[in-house]
Amino acid sequence: MRHTLSVMVENRHGVLARVAGMFARRGYNIDSLTVGVTEDPTISRMTIVVRGDDEVLEQVTKQLNKLIDVIRVSDLKAEDTVEREMALFKVSSDVNNRSEIMQIVDIFRARIIDVAPKSMIVEVTGDETKIEAIEQLLRPFGIKEMVRTGKVALRRGAKGVSS
Amino acid sequence: MTGSTERMTGARALIECLYREGVDTIFGYPGGVLLPIYDELYSSNIRHILVRHEQAAAHAAEGYARATGKTGVCLATSGPGATNLVTGIANAYMDSIPMVALTGQVPSSMIGNDAFQEANITGITMPITKHNYLVQDVKELPRIIKEAFHIASTGRPGPVLVDLPKDITTDMVDFYYPDKVELRGYNPTYQGNLQQIKKAAAEIERSAKPVIYAGGGVISANAAAELKELAEKIQAPVTTTLTGMGGFPGNHPLFLGMPGMHGTKYANYAIQESDLLIAVGVRFDDRVTGKLKSFASNAKIIHIDIDPAEISKNVKVDIPIVGDAKWILSHLLKYTGKSQSEKWLEKIEGWKKQYPLHYMEPAGDEIKPQYIVEQINAVCPDAIIVTEVGQHQMWAAQYFKYTEPRTFISSGGLGTMGYGFPAAIGAKVARPDKVVIDVSGDGSFQMNSQEMATIVQNNIPVIIAIFNNGFLGMVRQWQEIFYGKRYSSTCIRDSVDFVKLAEAYGALGIRATKRDEVRPAIEKAIASGRPTLIDFIVECEENVSPMVPAGAAINEILDLERKE
Repeated sequence: MRHTLSVMVENRHGVLARVAGMFARRGYNIDSLTVGVTEDPTISRMTIVVRGDDEVLEQVTKQLNKLIDVIRVSDLKAEDTVEREMALFKVSSDVNNRSEIMQIVDIFRARIIDVAPKSMIVEVTGDETKIEAIEQLLRPFGIKEMVRTGKVALRRGAKGVSS
Repeated sequence: MTGSTERMTGARALIECLYREGVDTIFGYPGGVLLPIYDELYSSNIRHILVRHEQAAAHAAEGYARATGKTGVCLATSGPGATNLVTGIANAYMDSIPMVALTGQVPSSMIGNDAFQEANITGITMPITKHNYLVQDVKELPRIIKEAFHIASTGRPGPVLVDLPKDITTDMVDFYYPDKVELRGYNPTYQGNLQQIKKAAAEIERSAKPVIYAGGGVISANAAAELKELAEKIQAPVTTTLTGMGGFPGNHPLFLGMPGMHGTKYANYAIQESDLLIAVGVRFDDRVTGKLKSFASNAKIIHIDIDPAEISKNVKVDIPIVGDAKWILSHLLKYTGKSQSEKWLEKIEGWKKQYPLHYMEPAGDEIKPQYIVEQINAVCPDAIIVTEVGQHQMWAAQYFKYTEPRTFISSGGLGTMGYGFPAAIGAKVARPDKVVIDVSGDGSFQMNSQEMATIVQNNIPVIIAIFNNGFLGMVRQWQEIFYGKRYSSTCIRDSVDFVKLAEAYGALGIRATKRDEVRPAIEKAIASGRPTLIDFIVECEENVSPMVPAGAAINEILDLERKE
């Protein structure tokens, strides 16, 4: 079972190490972790995708709350959450297949952000299934390199995590 | 005072902060980057106890905290000084003891450059502190010290480390001490949920076989009086963990002794057969529960604890109540009546008669270690007993009747050999009115024996009672039982003449080799009023009994009595 946790933390040095260290020490698995500043510059938001059953999730949440620098932890439910991830793919390409790749990029509403004689870089934003789908379609051309940001997520509607 | 501002150095500001926090004693060891702080200490009213190894400073601060309930303070220099504190900090973390550890650090501009005596102590101690700080601006120092003491002493107590770069201690600051702390990520729950408390009360009244399982949380919440009242009101027997010793009177008819690996048979049988386990300030440690699956498997479990993360961590509980043990117990008392335990108490009385703690009397005049504990108890029943870790620790827990909280001080979670002697120093400094005895082994004592110099120089009349069996006894016991008596690296016989060692430091040394010398030795030590070491030569292959083998259920408890 995968859960998306939205964790509001003090924007201070060492916070990432505290959170990551806690996960490592207690043996919890992180699928992805992103961190960035919020509308309040003293607060950062971590979006952590964690794997585990309900008991593990309960412990993860409690252990996060024990950290002094953690202000609030919310378990975001898929049905009332929008989530996005960005990925960059450096794909092998030349004059022969460039247009074929561009068609795929169009279908996924992705973008080409760099073109070189033997490669191009595709930028795609979406949920996890979309990114995995385009990755599958690009793979036959040869993915030289790729990078994913990890998931960011917000609750739908006026009510937020921090309010 | 609080509102006044005065311009001063960071070092001076630190001392001001410590005054405001009511700190009267610091255990520490100086070093290069601490020179500005030590210069301020020189003219301050704070008593500084110079130890001989920083590890002892941390343990002594913990002993001080455990004996008083106040936050203990230790101080060490950067690099090796700081890393030497690590074991003591980890010990305080495992046993939830309030402590503030102050460390010097290389100047801010040199941090990260592998400077002389630099160690990333905030990084190193992240997993073993409740929180830690690296001070980056002297203006933050008062707020950080205020927060450090607040965090260490509230909620589930624990150690907090503050790392002080040298330049911070020489920079100037307009001193202002904040009145209160504002930590939006830290807000411990003290008041328990009343609905849960009422549910617990109903379960208690329905219960025919209740058992109270109480731990260190009862001590730190100062809830011993409420615990006793509850036990008597609902008529439930009480077992206290190693860290909970003294939380319930050891001479009370409802007392079951300690549970778990070296607990009493009747405590373990009672837990296993109970229909309601009332757990207060405990964390279901593996040394208590044995095989988790079969622990108290017939019982509903009420778990009272201030740390929500302890709820259902190891054992799934039915009625969790998060909050302060004192608050919750005093409210539970209002709502609950008596349980249905008449027959149950009779059954437990039967177990107590059938399976008492016991040991084989010696054939001759040899000294049985259990006998020493009984004699210490007889001579000074209100002493503070501090222990190291090993067989002697278990005997001290089994055979001394602790009647008051904060009279038994021992390393529980971490199991730190070398803990007891420095912790005893801290306890004696905090409670000079009390007889403080470090119940020690010949192995453990040698891990911090250098502190003899500390007690002699400062005239801290701690009594060290070495149970000298020439072995690392607990490991030897396991080798005897599980490894066919192959005593690999556990024989330490004739390491040193402990009496001469004591004398070399200027302390009183006493040796007892016969049974009838035990009591006079204890009496002489107390009467002397001096730092004293007693070398009790005890039977070398005595085992701690009874014992639950690792991984077994706690009712599968064996007698390990040595046949004469």
